[in-house]
Amino acid sequence: MTKLKVNGKSVDVDADESTPLLWVLREQLGLTGTKYGCGIAECGACTVHVDGQSVRACVYPLGALSGEEEITTIEGLSADGNHPVQQAWVELDVPQCGYCQPGMIMAVAGLLNTNPNPTDEDIDAEITNICRCGTFARVRKGIHLAKTKKS
Amino acid sequence: MTGIIDLSRRGFIIGTGAAGLSIGILSGCAPGAKDEVGGPPPPEVNAWVHIGTDDVVTIRIARSEMGQGTLTGLAQMVAEELECDWTKVTTEYPTPGQNLARDRVWGDFLTGGSRGIRASQDYVRQGGAAARIMLVQAAANRWGVPTEECSVAMGVITHGPSGKTLRFGEVAADAAALPPPEDVPLKDPADWKIIGKPLNRLDTADKVTGRQLYTTDLKMDGMLNAAIKAAPMRGGTLGSFDASAITGMPGVKKVVKVDDTSVAVVADTWWQAKTALDALPIEWVPGEGSDHSSAAFEANLEDGLTADKAFVGNKVGDVDAAFARAAQIVTAKYNAPHQNHACMEPMNAVAVWTPEKCEVWCPTQNGESALAATAEAAELPIEKCEVYKQLLGGGFGRKGAPDYISQAVKIAREMPGTPIKLLWSREEDMEQGFYHPITKALCQGALDADGNLIGLKIRISGQSILAGIMPQALVNGMDFATFQGLLPINDNEMTGDQTLRYTFPALLIDHAMRNPPVRPGFWRGVNANQNAIYLECFMDELAHAAGRDPLEFRLAHLGGDPKLAAVLQAVADKSGWGSDDGKARGLCCFYSFGSYTAACAEVTVGDDGTLKMHRIVAATDPGYGVNPQQIDAQVAGSFVYGLSAMLHEEVTFENGEAEQKNFNTYNSMRIAEMPEVETIVMPSGGFWGGVGEPTIAVAPPAVLNAIFAATGKRIRQLPIKDQALR
Repeated sequence: MTKLKVNGKSVDVDADESTPLLWVLREQLGLTGTKYGCGIAECGACTVHVDGQSVRACVYPLGALSGEEEITTIEGLSADGNHPVQQAWVELDVPQCGYCQPGMIMAVAGLLNTNPNPTDEDIDAEITNICRCGTFARVRKGIHLAKTKKS
Repeated sequence: MTGIIDLSRRGFIIGTGAAGLSIGILSGCAPGAKDEVGGPPPPEVNAWVHIGTDDVVTIRIARSEMGQGTLTGLAQMVAEELECDWTKVTTEYPTPGQNLARDRVWGDFLTGGSRGIRASQDYVRQGGAAARIMLVQAAANRWGVPTEECSVAMGVITHGPSGKTLRFGEVAADAAALPPPEDVPLKDPADWKIIGKPLNRLDTADKVTGRQLYTTDLKMDGMLNAAIKAAPMRGGTLGSFDASAITGMPGVKKVVKVDDTSVAVVADTWWQAKTALDALPIEWVPGEGSDHSSAAFEANLEDGLTADKAFVGNKVGDVDAAFARAAQIVTAKYNAPHQNHACMEPMNAVAVWTPEKCEVWCPTQNGESALAATAEAAELPIEKCEVYKQLLGGGFGRKGAPDYISQAVKIAREMPGTPIKLLWSREEDMEQGFYHPITKALCQGALDADGNLIGLKIRISGQSILAGIMPQALVNGMDFATFQGLLPINDNEMTGDQTLRYTFPALLIDHAMRNPPVRPGFWRGVNANQNAIYLECFMDELAHAAGRDPLEFRLAHLGGDPKLAAVLQAVADKSGWGSDDGKARGLCCFYSFGSYTAACAEVTVGDDGTLKMHRIVAATDPGYGVNPQQIDAQVAGSFVYGLSAMLHEEVTFENGEAEQKNFNTYNSMRIAEMPEVETIVMPSGGFWGGVGEPTIAVAPPAVLNAIFAATGKRIRQLPIKDQALR
């Protein structure tokens, strides 16, 4: 039994320590907002925050967590969907199919945590999530809009 | 919710949108529907419209939503004629089983070919209009007045002379009891208030909070998870596997031989199932096609370029005579590789099977074929099967095939009564694709001494989608779909929307079919993608060879098609064609899926060969633009899919096996490569063209032509990948 702090709550997890955090979240804790896309940290659909930093949960083994870290998933990003990134996403209708968007939103929120005013060059360097629907044009607009919003 | 839409089994509530309903599962919920305000539900007004006593309008959407916005667009069309309050609109999917039971009252469920809206626009608008007529009649009956004295707006019926009003929700039950009207006139498009508006999607809210459920997120009591592996080589079959090697592994419940080609592991969690599957010793038996090599197949494609025998797709005049008197002959060879759809949501489905009933929850672009596949795999009468469509995490043509649904049902049959959730790994998704067909083209143009194009030949060599997966659709062995966008102008329902709009004095476009043992499929844009490259990059080559401006050269051959000329001129004007701002420009125009599209790409290529796509101005004339905001999203999104393919995407086979297993070797474009996209939506009216696919074809040729304008070097080998641009 491993103790984790997820979205501000302490939880007990019964899984092999080699299990990626993604599957702990999805299958042990029922937090299905975080998505599986590739399993090799290429696509970013599984992006969550560990102590405010974006990580790709599909390759982040449970055993790498001490239990002290604050893990944040899309479900815990805001109380009622009012994180600046979420507001911007709704305003600009960013998602298409939406499958990659929890990861995209978490990656963007993670970027804004460390760099509240990213330039286009910063976005190009830091946001490497794959979106096959091709929402990138609106994602970029959304990031710039999110910079101006408060939660 | 209604009594007709059966929410019973496992208590699914399906709906999206403004009313705040979401797709969810209420496990163990009692059968039957529940009205939003707690009373008995009023019956539906008609198949397309249900209105609750709380005025919430639930519009039935037969087509699938996979991100393309069809759900919102179709709802707009019904709401327009219904005259309801758009803020009270929500949607739900009728099931394929209900459609079957009701004599296909919702028509076709197939969502492909950019037909979601254009192929159902008439009857869904009529559904809304009929419901409105019945609601007004019900109000008039209650007041005892003629309907001519009543008006309706925003979901409220008003009796003019008395000023009395009734809300839709107050008369919906009465309306439902009325006979449907026989005469259902539709609005003049000039009077549209909801159609044509840049409205936000109905299904965004839950997508930004993680609350949106996809099939892979569903939970049911007692559900187990399955991971699957099919023979990785073409034509291979399952020989043997040693289940005893993994039976003690955590969570493992069962190892299932699914069919002749695949084996699955069922476990408590998917991670356990996949971990065990990876450890399962499996022996595969090679078969026909297991020696297939893309490199070796190249010779077959080359042979087709000059073979005597070919299917003629479009022929005008005497092309040989034109070439005989040419002052200059231009020749170029292009190719298009196999590509995988690589939907972000891998193939998956949930199935529950008992000897009496089989139910499936799945992402599908074709609910009815999913139901048929379910019945076949379940070996049950179709009336005892049901499919509950879920939002797709991308489709792009891949999820029109029900292979993964059949697999889920077959696994579920091995564990009767237990819900089985099957999820493919990304590797499985890459290996078991319905790949974009592989082709090459030999393009030849005859120019006279004045630089006039007097003859054009395009020989396509390569794979036929129809021969691979729908051979019954071939006509005397010929695949018309191969000539998408290149066919002679005609009014056939299946080919009239995919025609060549240029007028050439002499022309021959033909196809030497060369089919590798690789399962082909319909990949967003389908054959328009490479055909636009073959035609439009070569038109650019011809213009340069003739010493003519590529815009002028194209327009000179578009005299008979003002609509395509208009979109081309629009992008040239908006982009500043001919401007000297340091950016190289390239053009493309193409007609496919019934829409006229064009693009002007603005690029620079660094001294080191680094490509920067700055901006693409796009234009589309789809006849009617139901939602310009969503059209813009589709144009920009389709550009990503098309440009990603142009830049990176290629599946190659060796020993029958796809060599690219994941996004590390099958790269997909990221935001850093994304150009700014400026979309001009210019609906000219009078016809219904598609939106999701037509524009994908124009971006790559425009960029490739711009690269030439920047460097003087033609890129004819796709994808660009690591080719030197200088």
